[in-house]
Amino acid sequence: MFQIRIHGRGGQGVVTAAETLSIAAFLENRYAQAFPSFGSERTGAPVVAFCRIDEREIRLREPVLNPDALIIQDPTLLHQVDVFSGLVPDGYILINTSRSFEALGVDEFARGFCAAHLCTVPATELALKHVGRPVPNAALLGGFAAVSGRVSIDAVANALRHKFSGAIAEGNVAAAREAYAFVREEMKEGSHAKTG
Amino acid sequence: MAYQPLKFYQTGTFTVGNRLLPPDVRSVQSTQRRTNSLNSGHRACQGCGEALGARFAMDAAMEASERQLIAANATGCLEVFSTPYPETSWQIPWIHSVFGNTAAVATGIAAAMKVKGRSEVRVVAQGGDGGTTDIGFGCLSGMFERNDDVLFICYDNEAYMNTGVQRSSATPATARTATTMAVGEAPGNVFGQGKNLPVIAMAHEIPYVATATVAELHDLEAKVKNAMRIRGARYIHILVPCPLGWGHASQDTIRIARLAKETGLFPVFEAAHGEVTSVSRIRRRQPVEAYLRPQKRFAHLFGEPPKLEVIARMQALADRNIRRYGLLEPESI
Amino acid sequence: MLKQVEGSRAVAEAVALCRPEVICAYPISPQTHIVEALGEMVKRGTLAPCEFINVESEFAAMSVAIGASAAAARAYTATASQGLLFMAEAVFNASGLGLPIVMTVANRAIGAPINIWNDHTDAMSQRDCGWIQLFAETNQEALDLHIQAFRLGEELSLPVMVCMDGFILTHAYERVDVPTQAQVDAYLPPYTPRQSLDPAEPVSIGAMVGPEAFMEVRYLAHVKQMRALELIPGWAEEFRRAFGRDSGGLLHRYRCEDAELVVVALGSVLGTVKDTVDAMRERGTRIGVLGITCFRPWPQDAVRAALAQAKQIVVLEKSLAVGLGGIVSTNVRTSTSGNAQAVRTVIAGLGGRPITRTSLERTFAQALDGTLEALTFLDLDHGVVERALAREREQRRSGPIAENILRDLGVVGARIS
Repeated sequence: MFQIRIHGRGGQGVVTAAETLSIAAFLENRYAQAFPSFGSERTGAPVVAFCRIDEREIRLREPVLNPDALIIQDPTLLHQVDVFSGLVPDGYILINTSRSFEALGVDEFARGFCAAHLCTVPATELALKHVGRPVPNAALLGGFAAVSGRVSIDAVANALRHKFSGAIAEGNVAAAREAYAFVREEMKEGSHAKTG
Repeated sequence: MAYQPLKFYQTGTFTVGNRLLPPDVRSVQSTQRRTNSLNSGHRACQGCGEALGARFAMDAAMEASERQLIAANATGCLEVFSTPYPETSWQIPWIHSVFGNTAAVATGIAAAMKVKGRSEVRVVAQGGDGGTTDIGFGCLSGMFERNDDVLFICYDNEAYMNTGVQRSSATPATARTATTMAVGEAPGNVFGQGKNLPVIAMAHEIPYVATATVAELHDLEAKVKNAMRIRGARYIHILVPCPLGWGHASQDTIRIARLAKETGLFPVFEAAHGEVTSVSRIRRRQPVEAYLRPQKRFAHLFGEPPKLEVIARMQALADRNIRRYGLLEPESI
Repeated sequence: MLKQVEGSRAVAEAVALCRPEVICAYPISPQTHIVEALGEMVKRGTLAPCEFINVESEFAAMSVAIGASAAAARAYTATASQGLLFMAEAVFNASGLGLPIVMTVANRAIGAPINIWNDHTDAMSQRDCGWIQLFAETNQEALDLHIQAFRLGEELSLPVMVCMDGFILTHAYERVDVPTQAQVDAYLPPYTPRQSLDPAEPVSIGAMVGPEAFMEVRYLAHVKQMRALELIPGWAEEFRRAFGRDSGGLLHRYRCEDAELVVVALGSVLGTVKDTVDAMRERGTRIGVLGITCFRPWPQDAVRAALAQAKQIVVLEKSLAVGLGGIVSTNVRTSTSGNAQAVRTVIAGLGGRPITRTSLERTFAQALDGTLEALTFLDLDHGVVERALAREREQRRSGPIAENILRDLGVVGARIS
């Protein structure tokens, strides 16, 4: 079983991200479960959503306490909420930012992890570019596909077309694909975690 | 046999003279074709205004709907005396659910008829003042707001009679009830703002609102038939004296109802979409004492000395209604 | 057809396939997505003929369903928590009148203090109202139980409550198999009522019944539920043949055959319990799970049989009989009375407190080594409790309990002093 935890703020599409990711896994004939950690609905409040992916039926209902991967949609949470809690050794971390891990002040923490599993992507900028809205979730899913390899970018694209329609869907797909390419490039260059 | 003059005062109802009328203007009650929706054998008190009102209203509704009618009934006197286990005196399809949900149950029945393509079957909801103005208020307002195709009829005897005459929001000022006893400095019910359900119904802008009393049979039947010609939320408020709760003689029910109108305390009118469309004028105006004195629930006003200031306040309420609704012919003011 | 959808959506699609004629609902978290989806289907015309009514309260919702069902329409509504309580009078009325209304209860805690998260307090508060109560373990089962519920209810003339854990199931995306309209039509015929409001055949429904007959009427209600116990397994079997899945029935057993310890539970927590049980089994512990699907009527004999071989029973429940202990465990004891087994109650997950494998494994191990008390509250913060009690001992005007605790936990920041 592969467990992903997504952190963000209300209004950034955190829950939709988890749901879309689960659809992507489903489209690849796997079992997937996505659910939010539920709080009162309020824009701007910290929100967490979970996704589990497995080859067999998922029965577990507890929150994701030991994520294999973290997607952080809003870096302002990094020093406010314990986003890294329970992350497994050599887990994946994908942060929505145009800055580096060092510039964000988390490189100390990140040092204990496999460098190839740590990536940043300017998802909000990509969303603004392709969709015209600062909602970074679709781009981050593209980045996640790249850094983890756990879902294909094509499945992500199809899942986005399930969740959205029309121009928004296509914009999201474009953002996801560009984020995918960006992260792939980042991983190749190996320059993500240290410099900024 | 000595000659005995009879005063046929009931000119408005033509009750006595029905045989002399052409069949098409006779009351439903006077015809053989009336359905007796509420059949005899029920357990109402002698002189019960509600039993009268319900029979008048339901038979008129059955006539208007060509006998395609379903009734929902609130908990209360009518429900209790009409269905004493193991009997029922209803000859129409009838359901009693709980006290406060009658309007919603009627909404459900109307929805069922609509979805089954049987819109010719009409729905009436009925309840007393308690089940309408108090506990049933929320559901009633909801039904009004949705403009559900339901005619809601309130039989107002101005208190929770079935449970032993307790005060409701429809109880008039100064009336004695078991929870507004005629004791202390301000005996009887308080002088509040009242809770004017017909006006509240009008505020919902529903297609038809009317008030009536059991004293005017033709008027009541006509209003029910008017209502049945319309689709959407409709409300009729009928004043039904209660000999037991009001403390009057059981043969005076109709007379007391007439006095309520003639004093101006109970305005009789019709309204549509929030505007009054017709008013039934007072024929022979009476001072409020004529209405209050025969009822023991107001007896404490007429002690030694009588509470003239309080009676004057009651008169002021009547005067206000007369002004507000234009209840008098211009010449008689 | 396989779909990856939110639980609420799965339920809405299942209900729509059952051809409801009148849907009425009042919004309350976490049921909102179910009725929103149904409302959209009606508005688009994809669910027709159907009347969708936006009512002004839950009391109105159940009342509209009563009127519709009494007038021979297939009626559906949904609620949770406070809403279920608000309609309680009408809930009893529906079962008393024998109207086969189907209602989803998206299980949620009841205040005070107000809490929107999952537990079983709401359904348990109505456990004796005369409705059939079914609890879904997964969204697939939730979907399936609604289809079964209409069939069950209409055959018996009894209303059915389908319970699914609020948020945990209603708001979770998972894979479900949604049947076709043809499959559902073959399983669920149109509603033919035992009684209905019809001008062609007038009847009076809802008369008063006095001391001379009330006992008999109530006894017959009990008889009807006991009859349901006999029929439910057969209907579940029929469902299995028609749809190819084991959904519903009275209970589900998992690895109970040689189990020394059997854990009894309802609803979605069964999934977490099964994962815990598998892990413990791998280390040689003989432990099994009994999932109760039909809570009312209480499957006394089936539970007795399922628990007969166990030495120990732990009832894990998301409900609390304040002043007594467990609700489910009290019911379980009616099935184990006379037996030598220890039945221990573990109250867990109240108000949405997560139930984790770690905590469960620790608790089950304690049960096996005999150190688990008769009644425990899983993951209770004893420090918080002690401090709250100390506050009350120290001063009379100790303040509102909930707010004091939140402040203690640092959740409420501001203080005017």
